[in-house]
Amino acid sequence: MAEVNGKTVRVFGKKLFTFSASNTLRMVFMLLIAGFMIMPLIYVVSTSLKPLDELFLFPPRFFTRRPRLSNFSDLFNALDSATVPFTRYIFNSLFTAVCTVIGTVIVCCMGAYGLVKLRPKGGGALFALILAALMFSGQVTTIPSYLVIKSLGLLDTHLALIIPKLAVAFNFFLVKQFLEQMPETYLEAARLDGANEWQIFWRIVMPHIKSAIATLVVFSFTSAWNDYLGPVIYLTNDALKTLPLAVQTISGGAGAASLSTAGAMAAATFVTILPTIVVYTAMQGRVMNTMAHSGIKE
Amino acid sequence: MRKREKTLSSAYSNTGMAYLFLAPFLILFFLFTLIPVVVGIFLSFTDYNMLELPKWLGITNYKMLILDDKEFLIALKNTFLFAFISGPISLLMSFVLAWEINRLRKTRQFFALAIYAPSIVSGTAISAVWLYFFSGDAYGLFNHFLMKIGLINKPIQWITDPKYILGVVIFISVWMGMGTGFLTFLAAFRNMSEDQHEAAMIDGIRTSSQELFYIILPQMKPQLLFAAINSTTAAFGVFDIAVAVAGFPSPNYAAHTIVAHLYDFAFIRFEMGYASSVAVILFLITYLVGKFLRRALADK
Repeated sequence: MAEVNGKTVRVFGKKLFTFSASNTLRMVFMLLIAGFMIMPLIYVVSTSLKPLDELFLFPPRFFTRRPRLSNFSDLFNALDSATVPFTRYIFNSLFTAVCTVIGTVIVCCMGAYGLVKLRPKGGGALFALILAALMFSGQVTTIPSYLVIKSLGLLDTHLALIIPKLAVAFNFFLVKQFLEQMPETYLEAARLDGANEWQIFWRIVMPHIKSAIATLVVFSFTSAWNDYLGPVIYLTNDALKTLPLAVQTISGGAGAASLSTAGAMAAATFVTILPTIVVYTAMQGRVMNTMAHSGIKE
Repeated sequence: MRKREKTLSSAYSNTGMAYLFLAPFLILFFLFTLIPVVVGIFLSFTDYNMLELPKWLGITNYKMLILDDKEFLIALKNTFLFAFISGPISLLMSFVLAWEINRLRKTRQFFALAIYAPSIVSGTAISAVWLYFFSGDAYGLFNHFLMKIGLINKPIQWITDPKYILGVVIFISVWMGMGTGFLTFLAAFRNMSEDQHEAAMIDGIRTSSQELFYIILPQMKPQLLFAAINSTTAAFGVFDIAVAVAGFPSPNYAAHTIVAHLYDFAFIRFEMGYASSVAVILFLITYLVGKFLRRALADK
């Protein structure tokens, strides 16, 4: 499989690495960094597979010797007898994240198309406003957003987690930058053929900006899935809460890992961190395509 | 003929249709971004508990915040300390790592994923793992390791000793903080053409540090600005990792941040007016830092 031929390492016949002093130093440096970065993630996987006795070993052991799936069955069966079954939290997280993704893709792509390709009067000022919104963190608007959600009667509903995350300046900005690279000729041809703007948007623009859409999927899924402040503020009903809060409840707050929940906790952590990594991995190539246009030009 | 030329010209414009397409975004953007900023500024001058109408107070909230609220000053200090350490480190690391990864070929995808993955996992969930690593007894992975190699002889209370808490929060945030800046840099490096590299060589650029300062950095200003703004706004909004690591409120307020202070007054004490003045100060800080960054990295 792997062979070293002269100074070149080949794996499956592909050139992987050529030896030289600086190359080797670089590779060691990168491997150390990468190892450090994924260490906690590997630990999550390893711990979620540990049988109960291995969870409390001293000295602590990083890798498991006898992998078991019992923590997962504990999580789904034992905790199912609790007032809110764990599967319910998974559903809540998935539902709100998927709705947020679909919503923000449609809202931001439509808006960016309007701004970039239909060139409205006042578009420049509008974009300056959106760019300014990039400059401050969303927590600033927490209180008035709460008041808006409350006056719309959306407290303690999933909509409260979804609606504020649709018109995100960051997402709009990414689509706008990407759309500016799209040649005008496609749109002109379609207009000459008598297509209306709605048809042009769905049949020509949306397929053309797939990369930007994939990137929005990754970012908005990640931000919705990991959202902590939103559910803490808007939800009081336990049955509506999402995974980050569920994990916190199981762990019993900061630092306390008790004997009865340590296994389920490890499995819950695994279930909570896996989906964002999967979504990103699936879209990695397209994300790179989009980020190439993400610079802010003054 | 003339009319047809006009529609064909590259400056096609249809204001009415454009605003129809913009409408959903604009309505939500006004409702959840612009109006909240304006309302927040108004509320910051009032006493408002959500049950009665807001009572106008003038600048009393701000006076109290700056003169009487010791916890707020701690939060301010912690947040600045946090942002000025973790922001630049994250930015620098994501730039250097993107540069290194760009030189790789077959292993590029793997390293990019390994370095970016921590940025997209749930901070609340992964904190549980870090809590175990930093656990204050001899079971904690770091304590165990440090004691084994003889660097310390009794466990360090990483997450309960106020001396270490903020450091631990910064450490975890940097680990999670490569973020979108990293992706932006990676994409920008990938897009820099071989031709430019060769042209630079002909122009007398010899070392890679020369290439960095004369070719790469000037050309990457837009990406640098985007990444810098992203990492500072994220840094000033620090909250969930601090809560997950140090609890709320943290021991001796050692990990108390501006957003934690805002959350405390808004959603535990329901003093919305006072909390709004905290939000306005956070807004001013991030806005000014953003403005500074734009000026520092402007294209000319």
